[in-house]
Amino acid sequence: MNERLAAAWTLLPDYLGWHVLLSASALVLGLAISLPLAVAASRSPRLRWPVLALAGLIQTIPSLALLALFYPLLLALSTLLKGVLGHGFSALGFLPSLLALTLYSMLPILRTATAGILGVDPAVREAADGVGMTPGQRLVQVELPLAMPVIMAGVRTAAVWTIGAATLSTPVGQTSLGNYIFAGLQTENWVSVLFGCAASAALALLVDQLLGLIELGAARRNRALTLVGAAGLAVGVVLALLPLVKIGQPASYVVGAKNFSEQYILAELMADRLEKAGAHVARKEDLGSAVAYRALAAGEIDAYVDYSGTLWANVLNRKDNPGRAAVLAGLTSELKKRDGVRVLGSLGFENAYAFAMKPERARALGVASLADLARQAPGLTLGSDLEFLSRPEWKAVDGAYGFRFKAQRSFQPTFMYRALAGGEADVISAFSSDGRISADRLVVLTDPKGALPPYDAVILISPKRADDARLIEALKPLVGSIGVEAMRAANFSVDRDRDKLSPGQAARALAKP
Amino acid sequence: MASPAIALTDIVKRYGARAALDGVSLTVPAGQFVALVGASGSGKTTLLKTINRLVAPESGRIAIQGDDAAGQPAPQLRRGIGYVFQEIGLFPHLTVAENIAITPKLLAWDAARIARRVTDLLGLVDLPAEMAGRRPAELSGGQRQRVGVARALAAEPRVLLMDEPFGALDPVTREALGRDVRALHERLSLTTVMVTHDMAEAVLLADRIVVMKTGRLIAHGTPAELAHDADPEVAALMDAPRRQAERLRAKLGEGA
Ligand SMILES: Nc1ncnc2c1ncn2[C@@H]1O[C@H](COP(=O)(O)OP(=O)(O)OP(=O)(O)O)[C@@H](O)[C@H]1O
Ligand SMILES: [Mg+2]
Repeated sequence: MNERLAAAWTLLPDYLGWHVLLSASALVLGLAISLPLAVAASRSPRLRWPVLALAGLIQTIPSLALLALFYPLLLALSTLLKGVLGHGFSALGFLPSLLALTLYSMLPILRTATAGILGVDPAVREAADGVGMTPGQRLVQVELPLAMPVIMAGVRTAAVWTIGAATLSTPVGQTSLGNYIFAGLQTENWVSVLFGCAASAALALLVDQLLGLIELGAARRNRALTLVGAAGLAVGVVLALLPLVKIGQPASYVVGAKNFSEQYILAELMADRLEKAGAHVARKEDLGSAVAYRALAAGEIDAYVDYSGTLWANVLNRKDNPGRAAVLAGLTSELKKRDGVRVLGSLGFENAYAFAMKPERARALGVASLADLARQAPGLTLGSDLEFLSRPEWKAVDGAYGFRFKAQRSFQPTFMYRALAGGEADVISAFSSDGRISADRLVVLTDPKGALPPYDAVILISPKRADDARLIEALKPLVGSIGVEAMRAANFSVDRDRDKLSPGQAARALAKP
Repeated sequence: MASPAIALTDIVKRYGARAALDGVSLTVPAGQFVALVGASGSGKTTLLKTINRLVAPESGRIAIQGDDAAGQPAPQLRRGIGYVFQEIGLFPHLTVAENIAITPKLLAWDAARIARRVTDLLGLVDLPAEMAGRRPAELSGGQRQRVGVARALAAEPRVLLMDEPFGALDPVTREALGRDVRALHERLSLTTVMVTHDMAEAVLLADRIVVMKTGRLIAHGTPAELAHDADPEVAALMDAPRRQAERLRAKLGEGA
């Protein structure tokens, strides 16, 4: 418990720095766009409605979706630029997060600023003209100061939203306080999740209070209050950014990971080996499944682990199943030819869909293979995770064996194992490298017809690093070095409820022969 | 001959189908104090605002001290004309001193000159110096109107336009401030146009009275001339203060 808290603390300077940099930039950019837009909207009723409606529309897009949408958009733009100028930019990480959060921060500022400017007493506005102010002088000397308390209320709302939504930038590859939450959720490390929530909430609260001082200063026309608030914000931002200056040296390699325990462990394993070889390594974790491969092909990450069946179906769009060796060979040549991506080799284990049963039950029913299972199915209940029954893998096995289960029930993975233990399900769709298979001593049924696609874990190398000797030399020894039992044990050490290891600790345990 | 301070020719201003000003021509010689009277909605405020271009007329010409008012940017024109608003319109976020200093600041006077001017004006409109740091919300209605007059005079304009400047004052103060403004008018050799509802005030302060009705000038002249105007409406208007005074005397006399 204390160990996990200590681990969370050591990550704080990095995570907090990025979180502050990201939210502050988004807020400043949002303010810089919204204020002139609000001034224009307050001047022209014809502009007002569309501007406010559009900002309102953006707000209805869930923030996670908004962040996710910017990645393909920027990627397309980057590819286009590369074609025209020979130079692309990173479509992952800071930029998509910044743009999405900026859009997100605009509505409250736009609304309050427009209302604030329109709310200025017409007699005062006319007096400003009457004493000889130009429209610009009237705006700066009269309208904006009078609207300031209202505008600041909008800025406060925007700040709280932005700081909260910035935690969602983790899945598009931007480090933030969200790293605590996403990694914690996957490894069921609740200390980390709570730590991330608390840190983000505390930051939002602090910024809100400081902005509140500025708002109060504007309302009471008390310059001292405003200055204290502004100085507090400035000092806070500078302090939060200091650690980034040191960390900010460019990493020579970027190791990626998708968003589950096995991926974190394998990323740490690769990073450890690279660091031992004297390289600087940055990690981009919690990447979405589809984002990870595209990021690698675009050179935004240099290496990560993916699974042969996933690449076969989702990247190459193949629906056939020519067998384990043919899939691996096909991938190696196709990915090289198409994207320049190098398949370094299989780690030595599969993370495939596998049907698992309690050994006593399997023995009693005489079930060892999927063919046996099909015979007993009418008396049995199948437990699956939430998506399995709608996936092509299920259609493939079902087509091959013709299952007729008494009942089929879907569960969150954790509850699926509990249902099997409690007898609410007789057989479950597990992942073959899941630590709980060994821990619960489950039997995995064989697949005599070879209907389930192969999911060999393979190391992928980005096109620009495909011939990088140092990288290849450091990672090559991992090929064929991890058996499924070893991977299960490592996964279990991170996933279990007691004596959890961090992914880094698990990786080091896995590396020891 | 010197050009008149204000010369309006055939001014037409419409709001929708209705003409707020329906072909108004008015010439005010330099140094004159004109009172603009007429029923509510007759177009007095609209006429006053056309002079410093707060209202843009559909047609007609405006000349200030002989120069076409449209010949320079409106803000520049307005800095040279003092204007006291019917609604006062002080800037609520600025202090009394900052309100008064606003036009001199726009004209980029140096700070020392502005500070001297603010002190002078506070004295001129009879406000204690310690009021300088207060905000408009901390003043009485009458004090606000004085600040409004001081702000209009701050940049030493040659022309002063006042829209019911003494509305919020008690009769005694009103009379006193009226006299003060007339004295300022003489001392600073201003040309003044003042809108008022109070005929007695108009008669007592003005060199000339202009009577408006539904967007037209129906009469103008010295108070004495207007008292014998052929238009029975104008005669009745001019007679109102006298009749009121007689009724008052009769009432108070009876009571004694
Ligand atoms: N901005 C405007 N839009 C439409 N109509 C207006 C506007 N300003 C004035 N009017 C109309 O023009 C006419 C003249 O208005 P104005 O304010 O000049 O009257 P006024 O003589 O100053 O009246 P009061 O003594 O009540 O101040 C009125 O009928 C008024 O309703
Ligand atoms: Mg009026």
